[in-house]
Amino acid sequence: MAINARNMTNKELFYGHKACGGCAASLTIRWTLKVFGERTIAVVPPNCMSTVGFIFPHMTFGCNAIIPPFAATAAVMSGILASAKAQGLEDYHVVGFAGDGGTADIGLQALSGAIDRNDKITYICYDNEAYMNTGIQKSGLTPYGTKTTNTPAGKNIHGSMSSKKNMFEIMAAHDITYAATVSVGYPEDMLKKLEKAKNAPGPSYIHVFAPCPTGWGVESDTTIEIGKEAVDCGLWYLAEYENGEFTLNKNPKDFSSIEDYLKKQSRFSHLDAADIDEITVQRDKKWEKIRKNWVR
Amino acid sequence: MNNKIFASGDEALALGVRLAKPQVIAAYPITPQTITVERLADYVEDGSLKTEYMYVESEHSAMAACIGASAMGARTFTATSSQGLLYMCECLHYASGSRFPIVMMNANRSTATPWNIYGDQRDSLSQLDTGWIQLYVENGQEALDTVIQAYRIAENPEVMTPVMVNLDGFVLTHTYELVDLPEQASVDKYIPYKDYPNKMDLDNPMSTCITAGPAWNTEFRYQQHCAIMNSAEAINEADKEFEALFGRSYGGMVENYLCDDANAIIVTLGSVAGTTRIVVDDLRAKGYKVGLLKLRCIRPFPKDELKKILGNSKVVGVLEKDISFGYEGAVFTEVNSALSTLDKMPKTYNFIAGLGGRNISKNDIKEAFEKIIAYGNNNENASNLEFVKLGCEEYGN
Repeated sequence: MAINARNMTNKELFYGHKACGGCAASLTIRWTLKVFGERTIAVVPPNCMSTVGFIFPHMTFGCNAIIPPFAATAAVMSGILASAKAQGLEDYHVVGFAGDGGTADIGLQALSGAIDRNDKITYICYDNEAYMNTGIQKSGLTPYGTKTTNTPAGKNIHGSMSSKKNMFEIMAAHDITYAATVSVGYPEDMLKKLEKAKNAPGPSYIHVFAPCPTGWGVESDTTIEIGKEAVDCGLWYLAEYENGEFTLNKNPKDFSSIEDYLKKQSRFSHLDAADIDEITVQRDKKWEKIRKNWVR
Repeated sequence: MNNKIFASGDEALALGVRLAKPQVIAAYPITPQTITVERLADYVEDGSLKTEYMYVESEHSAMAACIGASAMGARTFTATSSQGLLYMCECLHYASGSRFPIVMMNANRSTATPWNIYGDQRDSLSQLDTGWIQLYVENGQEALDTVIQAYRIAENPEVMTPVMVNLDGFVLTHTYELVDLPEQASVDKYIPYKDYPNKMDLDNPMSTCITAGPAWNTEFRYQQHCAIMNSAEAINEADKEFEALFGRSYGGMVENYLCDDANAIIVTLGSVAGTTRIVVDDLRAKGYKVGLLKLRCIRPFPKDELKKILGNSKVVGVLEKDISFGYEGAVFTEVNSALSTLDKMPKTYNFIAGLGGRNISKNDIKEAFEKIIAYGNNNENASNLEFVKLGCEEYGN
């Protein structure tokens, strides 16, 4: 039987940490470890989660866990896997938890190498759309228009002017065994895909839309709601890549309001009507492609 | 049974690695290390080495993969050189800080820029503070033997520190000689697989490569320092035990070649020690009381050995393929620091030679001896740093 919110284990493998209230990254690790179990080796590069989880002598992981060098999450995962194989170990999972910067920027080369080696690892990117641990700076996955501490919203710099790198399709371009996008706003979909990743015979990649109330300027009890709304307004999508094919898992008939989604977050509060139009145009272009190519 | 093989330095080292049986090898090619990783792949292909041979996409990932593999309890090996060593620099600190007994070969090569693929020791000598034990070898046989010794040192429970085995690019890596191959059974006895106390165990989970704030950091660092200090004994022990099993010894941390009654001694490391030994013999035949001190390791630094061996000499020359810009050769600084604690310190002189692969000839070394003998007798305050065979105009010091 598939794991769902009702039958998932009560056993916690990531708790007692010092993450902010409403942190979707910590929720991602918590849920993932419930799916993957105690014989997981968690690889968590320098980011918020390793910062709050490994402060000697206060360790918070109930499974084996290691902080790899920032650029080397997937390489350390590969090394762990090779080591376990060489020693004939059985029944274990090597799972990485890197943020958006740790994945799409500094960690991309190592991630690409691990998939190229076809190593059976599960790499989870919790995407909170900026370098949060260092104080909210722009990453390669920061969306167009976002105000961060190094992309201020002023006259000369109007927030981050590039759009999100397309990590999911970059992973698919490696012909990875399994890749999926999820959001903490849709936990059932997320748990289902985590389980698929766990059982995939080769490398798997899960891209989690993971709101950060501290960095986004929203109340800490709105994480799930924002995570759901991002999907509903079309600025995030739930999809899979498997057996060389894309699948769209949720195809909304009508999108909810982009403006409502953006305006409740202080990181977007400076956006004017023209910005919102531009974001809407980008969304529609993206969905045209998605619907054309991923819906069978 | 004939156990002699005609091999280049790279190949000799690979033969040593095969005997050491690492369970994981992370390989990324760089000149002049490439032959080592090629041979190791051949051994995997012909079935003579059972290992997880990882095709990594960079040196940074090579060391990171070794960190992961070692953290999970496997014996590991990687090899690099020059820019590759520098690219993995962050991971060097990482590996030593969490006490992973990784063994790495470094083919000593010049660092860019200007680009140059030939041998000098600026790559490894710039990494002295990474917390790695650094060993240097003189020839192919010593490379083969030392990489085996390296595992015994690294995995010593009192040490648990990574070891870098350095051999000079091209001069050693690409030079062929007859090497003697130790028996596998004896090597297995010499370096049995060990259960690392700091490994991640599926049945007994732990967190590793953790964060330690101001309240704990000094204590972690102190223990790391103690481990490398302890490795001095482990290096000597590994060499003695190696001699007992295989009949070859290299003197442990240093080799004292005719230094006991010498009044002029050259300190050096790597392949040029071999050339220096011949020059010492030539000069001895002419009645000069000269000697050679070969450094086999520079971390830990053999301070006590140097004080004992060099203490009675009138003058000491340090010949090194390195310059720490703005000061002097890095080895010279180390030697001076050790000797400065003597009641009467010998006069010291620094020869910067062999940069970017420039040949160091017997004649260069003979002239170096002549120079330090004259310098020892001269009480004037002359400069004591020289770029050997400098081809441009010298600036004032």
